[in-house]
Amino acid sequence: MSKTTTAATPPERADEPDLGAAGSQLSTAPREEPPNLPAMGVIGWARWFWRQLTSMRVALLLLLLLSLGAIPGSLIPQSGTDETKVADFRKAHTVLAPVYDRLGLFHVYSSVWFSAIYILLFVSLVGCIIPRTWQFVGQLRGRPPGAPKRLTRLPAYTTWRTDARPEQVREAALAQLRKRRFRAHLAGDAVAAEKGYLREVGNLAFHIALIVLLISFGWGQLFKSEGNKLVVEGDGFSNTATQYDDFKSGNLFTIDDLVPFSFTLDKFTGTYEASGPNKGTPRLYQAAIDYSVGAYGKDQKDLVKVNGPLSIGDAKVYLTAHGYAPVITVRDGKGKVVYHDAVPLLPLDSNVTSTGVIKVLDGYADAKGVSEQLGIKAFLLPTYTPGNETASTFPALKNPVLNLEPYHGDLGVNSGIPQSVYQLDKSHVKGFKDAKGAQLRANLKPGQTMKLPNGAGSVTYDGTKQWANFQIVQQPGTDWALGGALVAIFGLAGSLFIQRRRVWVRAVKGADGVTVVEMAGLGRSESAKVPEELGDLAQILYDKAPGAPESDDAPDDSSDQDDTTPDPHVVPAEGAEK
Amino acid sequence: MTLATGTELATAANEHLANISNTLIYSAMAVYTLAFFAYIAEWLFGSRSKVARTAAALTTKAEKTKSAPAVTVKTAGGTAVLERPKVVVRSSAGSRDVPDGPGAHGGDEQGDLYGRIAISLTVLAFLVHLCGVIARAASVERAPWGNMYEFNITFSTVAVGVYLTLLALKKNVRWLGLFLVTTVLLDLGIAVTVLYTASDQLVPALHSYWLYIHVSTAILCGAVFYVGAAGTLLYLFKDSYETKLENGGTPGRFATSFLERMPASSSLDKFAYRLNAAVFPLWTFTIIAGAIWAESAWGRYWGWDPKETWAFITWVAYACYLHARATAGWKGRKAAYLALIAFGCWLFNYYGVNIFVSGKHSYAGV
Repeated sequence: MSKTTTAATPPERADEPDLGAAGSQLSTAPREEPPNLPAMGVIGWARWFWRQLTSMRVALLLLLLLSLGAIPGSLIPQSGTDETKVADFRKAHTVLAPVYDRLGLFHVYSSVWFSAIYILLFVSLVGCIIPRTWQFVGQLRGRPPGAPKRLTRLPAYTTWRTDARPEQVREAALAQLRKRRFRAHLAGDAVAAEKGYLREVGNLAFHIALIVLLISFGWGQLFKSEGNKLVVEGDGFSNTATQYDDFKSGNLFTIDDLVPFSFTLDKFTGTYEASGPNKGTPRLYQAAIDYSVGAYGKDQKDLVKVNGPLSIGDAKVYLTAHGYAPVITVRDGKGKVVYHDAVPLLPLDSNVTSTGVIKVLDGYADAKGVSEQLGIKAFLLPTYTPGNETASTFPALKNPVLNLEPYHGDLGVNSGIPQSVYQLDKSHVKGFKDAKGAQLRANLKPGQTMKLPNGAGSVTYDGTKQWANFQIVQQPGTDWALGGALVAIFGLAGSLFIQRRRVWVRAVKGADGVTVVEMAGLGRSESAKVPEELGDLAQILYDKAPGAPESDDAPDDSSDQDDTTPDPHVVPAEGAEK
Repeated sequence: MTLATGTELATAANEHLANISNTLIYSAMAVYTLAFFAYIAEWLFGSRSKVARTAAALTTKAEKTKSAPAVTVKTAGGTAVLERPKVVVRSSAGSRDVPDGPGAHGGDEQGDLYGRIAISLTVLAFLVHLCGVIARAASVERAPWGNMYEFNITFSTVAVGVYLTLLALKKNVRWLGLFLVTTVLLDLGIAVTVLYTASDQLVPALHSYWLYIHVSTAILCGAVFYVGAAGTLLYLFKDSYETKLENGGTPGRFATSFLERMPASSSLDKFAYRLNAAVFPLWTFTIIAGAIWAESAWGRYWGWDPKETWAFITWVAYACYLHARATAGWKGRKAAYLALIAFGCWLFNYYGVNIFVSGKHSYAGV
């Protein structure tokens, strides 16, 4: 597959019969062949298939297919990014969902057909890159082709007559071209030179970099691991699979690959716009943590910020969410502390109005000494403003009020059905009643206590801690991907901005004994730069071999010159050097 | 508390700046409208001229290509005269040798005058527009790219900036003026009516220097792609006009009057290609910069977020266009269609993904 990203028209150039070898091999782009049917036989078909796959036309079609194939993944919910949306979609479209399932449309980018497209594309790419690299090496080892017979046929051309000797002109031209970093050599009566090989280098580098990028990405996906952990201030985490709240990993990942480290969340800080129209907009989130690597590693302190993850070995720790965790103490009828913990609550809005449940699973007994479980619905307003009873008015803890709604009975956690820690299953619990017989509720400020009726104990709101959610990711191959991407950019720039071009300078003795200089330039694509550069070169050479006085019959027919064989033994026009 | 008072004062100043910004944007729209009328005048006066250069070139084409190119022999009269040898340029076989049109004014003096007035007005509008964007940036104390309103006003500034830069570089782009100003007015109109968002702060996820790198290059790429797409579109019209003439057809009077004044199809094609090719590496960089930012903000460098996916689709579409130009059977019109599709992908990535698809790039409403 040819990846020459230019307006180049090598076939057109090659069509011009006069240029012959001079116009060939200005790039390593393959020649387009019509899709002929192959000769019979397995090898014939295999060769035909390979040739088709590595042809520019098929590569272009595969590229088009790749962009088309990527579209559904952006419009249909993907299980890789949002599982709940996929579930919602399945519920809403009972007819369409099974069809989508069969087509793999819920995981487009790992589906068979999408993989087929990009694997074919990259096979095609490899099948193109390798022969082109060899061809290019051959071009580098060879020399620029000699001048075509009729330089007038080339896209840029100039000529003048001079009194300098032909060999002097050729020598000057050779020196000048080499000074301008052309690869130049003398071939017959003319100097042949070429420049801009970096274009091909860039082109090949770009495509090889793409392959490196794809392999690193694939490698990363196979060995990747990603998990989430909610940590309350003061609590710790150690990096083992069982400690995660949820954990995903690639097909070839093993638990032993996890980087051994542990950390404690010292303090979470969130600051917010205090006034103005954007009051409450977050300005900064950061988590101060204390971490150590390995079982006996030294304790280190560091900050994790929203755009600044912490790297520990191959693992990266990201700060992804935060919230509040009121510290609750529950006492039973006898005044014994049966529960004392910080309970993380789930934020509901941008002002961190939070909700959750305090679950006292064992150890509690009511006034009569009967063991029971307690479930207390909690609703926290970090900033309570009178009049705004159901929502917080600011995200920071300015005036926290905790609303509690206690229930007792069986919470159903032992039934084996998984349940959310933020929700209360009310099917086997009864609410505590207040004096009027209504559900007991209380608004507590930090330090306040709610008494449960009939000596059933008490619930104290001691204070509020913050929690932070950490995402811990290990993805090998990222550095390779970055390296590939950078090489791709530079390669691309080289292959698009560098022009590969040839210059020929012919100097021969004309029929009247005066030297005729001819210069011509040929670019890989039609460009204004080629004639410009040729003009510059001609100017310099003209200074060294100035124009001769006008002759009676200007040689307007180039074939005259072609017939003239240069003869160094002819007496040179010495006086011309003035 | 002094701190609180200070913040409130700053807030008042910010609101004042935001109002100034809005006034400037409306003023810019007024000046663009004046420029629009001046461009119209240029076109109208230009329609008086009746020079059919394209037709003339195409009918005499047969003899032209057969004759060998003239060989210029430069012989200086005396040794004292150091004249530059003249370079003869010859276009490759198969391409039409059509001269560029004279521009919208069609060689008409009055038309040219109005055209110059229009460009002066565009420059003025651009400066007012730019000040509006800067005032907006000052009012929010950050880069003005936090929501679609800000993105829109910045995008059109950069598009006009690209046009004026090309003009200053003496490139043949004057023909683009009317088209550009019309779409800039549309863009600003949508921005101030539908997309307007009161100035606000960024969420912590956007607090990164990558915002400056990633978004600014995305805007610049979009603006250049846009100018390139305009060239491609005109190329398609001009090319079919030339083909019709070549085959002995007679195009309609409007088409003749309009397209005769435009650059030759080959010039337009080259113009569009150069812009697209020049900015394609930058677009690659934009995506990679986004990936690096995503890696530090979201924990992965590539996650097929809708915005990422469409940036990728746009990239592949432009790659298709660049390859198609070097593939037999795809050159010319087919490649041009690909370029337009690729720009369509860019537009969808900008508007469509923000409005119809929710993803990680959704901030501040839209």
